[in-house]
Amino acid sequence: MGSSIRAIERARQEGRAALVGYLPLGYPSVAGSVRAARAMVEAGVDVVELGIPYSDPGMDGPVIQAAADHALRGGTRVRDVFDAVSAIAQTGAPVLVMSYINPVLAYGTAAFARDLAAAGGAGLITPDLIPDEASEWIAASDEHDLDRVFLVAPSSTPQRLAMTSAACRGFVYAASTMGVTGTRASVGSGAQELVARTRETGAPRVCVGLGVSTAEQAHEVANYADGVIVGSALVKALGSPDGPDGDYEALQSLAAELAAGVRR
Amino acid sequence: MSDFEPTPPTAPDPSTISTRSAPARDAHRETPLADVAGPYFGAYGGRYVPEALIAALDELTDAWEKAGTDPQFARELAALHRDYTGRPSPLTEVPRFAAHVGSGVRVFLKREDLNHTGSHKINNVLGQALLVKRLGKTRLIAETGAGQHGVATATAAALMGMECTVYMGEEDTRRQALNVARMRLLGAEVVPVTIGSRTLKDAINEAFRDWVANVENTHYLLGTVTGPHPFPQMVRDFHRVIGEEARAQVLERTGRLPDVVAACVGGGSNAMGIFNAFLDDPGVDLVGFEAGGHGISSGEHASRFSGGSPGVLQGARSYVLQDEDGQTRPTHSISAGLDYPSVGPEHAWLHETGRARYEPVTDEEAMAAFQLLCRTEGIIPALESAHALAGALRLGPAQPNSSAPATDRIVLINLSGRGDKDVETAGRWFGYLETGETE
Repeated sequence: MGSSIRAIERARQEGRAALVGYLPLGYPSVAGSVRAARAMVEAGVDVVELGIPYSDPGMDGPVIQAAADHALRGGTRVRDVFDAVSAIAQTGAPVLVMSYINPVLAYGTAAFARDLAAAGGAGLITPDLIPDEASEWIAASDEHDLDRVFLVAPSSTPQRLAMTSAACRGFVYAASTMGVTGTRASVGSGAQELVARTRETGAPRVCVGLGVSTAEQAHEVANYADGVIVGSALVKALGSPDGPDGDYEALQSLAAELAAGVRR
Repeated sequence: MSDFEPTPPTAPDPSTISTRSAPARDAHRETPLADVAGPYFGAYGGRYVPEALIAALDELTDAWEKAGTDPQFARELAALHRDYTGRPSPLTEVPRFAAHVGSGVRVFLKREDLNHTGSHKINNVLGQALLVKRLGKTRLIAETGAGQHGVATATAAALMGMECTVYMGEEDTRRQALNVARMRLLGAEVVPVTIGSRTLKDAINEAFRDWVANVENTHYLLGTVTGPHPFPQMVRDFHRVIGEEARAQVLERTGRLPDVVAACVGGGSNAMGIFNAFLDDPGVDLVGFEAGGHGISSGEHASRFSGGSPGVLQGARSYVLQDEDGQTRPTHSISAGLDYPSVGPEHAWLHETGRARYEPVTDEEAMAAFQLLCRTEGIIPALESAHALAGALRLGPAQPNSSAPATDRIVLINLSGRGDKDVETAGRWFGYLETGETE
C-alpha cells in the first residue's frame, strides 16, 4: 500500500478528508521549499505535493508559473527533488512529486522511479500524462511500489473515468473545473458530481484540486471528497517570487486554516 | 519507382482533390507513407495533454474522420479553395534564381504566397473552420508566430461569423506589427503573451489554457502539424493539396518528377503539405530547412534536428530543443514563424527513417536568399520561405539520390508565404529603413 493511501485512510478514520498541500521545488529556494513543506506539515497538511518546476507548465495558472520560473532562474535541477523529498519525508507526511512528463523522460522514467523510491517519495502526479501514454511509467511505478496519480476532469467520459481509476494507485485527482490552477471565488459546481461519477467507476479514493483556496472551500469539498488539494493559494501565501525570502509564517497560517477547514 | 511516370495532362481540378486520399504509389507497400495515420508516427506523436482536453480531442477526431469520408465536406472545402483562396496556386519557374543554384538546374516555386491571406496557412484554417461549423462551436482561438496563421484564422472567423482570439508572443507582436493590425481589422482579439520567452511556444501554452477553460464553445485551431492527435495528421491532410497540385504541375511542365523538394520547417506544416505527395517516390529527395539563427554552435537557433533530442512538448513526443533536465531551451530565428523549439512528430519520424533530411540555415543565409529572389525574380518571399530558398542554393547541382543527368536537375521549392509582413525587418537588415532596432 502506497503511503499517500495510509495518510488518506488515517484522515478517514478521524472522520474527515485529507489535506494535500502543493509547493514548487526551488521556491523560494531548494532549501526554502523544504522548510516551507515542513511548515505546512506542522500546520496540519497530511500529504505534501512537491512540484518539479518546468519551463512550459501548461496546466498551471500565473501564480505557480511565476514560482516555477523563479525556481528555474535560481538553478533548481530535477535531481534536487530527491534530497528535498527525503528531507520532507522525515516529517512523516507522504511526499508526492508533481511533474510534467518531459523532465521525467529526460531523467529516464525507470531511473526516476528508482531514485524517487530510494528517497522515500510516495509517488508521482502527472498533469500532462494520461494512462493511455503511460505504459513505461506504469511499469516503473509498479516495480518500485510508487503511487500513480492521474487526473480526471468534468469532461471525462464514463469509460475514461473507469480506465483512469483503474490505472491510478493511491488516489484519483479530480480537477474540480475545466481550467488551470489558480484561486477562484468558488470551487466548480461539477466537482461533487465528478467525485461521485469517479467513485461509481470503482475508485476507492478521490481527491479534489483546482480552485480551492480558503478554509470554507476546503470544508465544503471535504464533505464529499477523500482529500482536498490546495496549490496556488499556498504558493501565494509564501510570497512574491521577487521577494527576498519566503513568508513561512503566512504559509503556515493559511495551512492551519485549511487544516481546520477539513476538520470542521 | 522510376522518375518517369505517365504525365497527366493538366494540374488536378481542385474540386476533385480529396482531403484525405492520396493514390497508393508503391503497390508492394501495405500502407503508403503518404497515408500513415496518427496518433503515432513511429515513436513520435501521441497525446500528452491534460485529461480535460481528451473529450474535445476525441470529438474532433470523430468529426474529422466523418468529414473525411463525406463528399459534401470535400465539395465545400474544394469550393472554398477555388473561389476564396485562389487554388490551384501557380507553379513558377525561376531561371534567373536557378542560375545561382547551379548550371543546368531548373527551379520551380510552388506559389503558396499567392493564396488569399498570403501563405499556405489558409488551407488548414478553412478545413478546420468547416469542421468547427459542424461541431456547432462558435469561437476560434489560435496561436501565431509570424502572424500568418493568426491572419488566416481571423479571416476564416470573419468569413464564417465566429468569434476569434489570437495569442501571440509579445516579442512577435513587435516583430510582426503589421499582421497584428490585420488581425484586428478582421475583427479578432489579439492577446500579447507576456510570459516565458514571449514567442510562439508561449502563445501555444496560452491557447491551450484558454481551450481547457472554454472547450465547450471554443475550438483551438492549431496552426501546424504539432500538438496532440489528431492535429499532426489532420493539419497535414488539409495541406496535402499543396503537394498534390505541385506534383501534377511539375509532371505536366517537365514530364518527370523533381529531384529535390525543399521547404522550410518551423512546426512543419508547409513542408508536410508538399512532402506528402512525394513520400512514396523514393527518387525524390525531401529536404527540410530549419532556422539556424546565429549558427548551431552559437546555441541561438531553432534547429531541432541539429541541436535537439526526443522529448515531449505541447502535446506530442517529437524532437525538442531542451536541456538535460528536459526544460525547453530558448530559441532564436530572424523569422518568427520558424522560432519554435519543437517540430511536428511526422517530421521526427521521417528524420529517423531517413526519408527526409533536415538542415539548418542561418539568418544571414536566409536574408541573402531573400534578397536574391527579390532581385532576380521580382518576388518578395516570407522570411520563413527564404530559408528554403537559401537551402536550395546550398544544394547546388549535385543531388545524391537522383539518377537524373547532372545537367538536368529539377528543384521544387515550396514558397510558403509572401514577405509583405517582413518588409520592415528586411528593410532594416539591408539598411533601407534607418530607424528602430535592427534584427
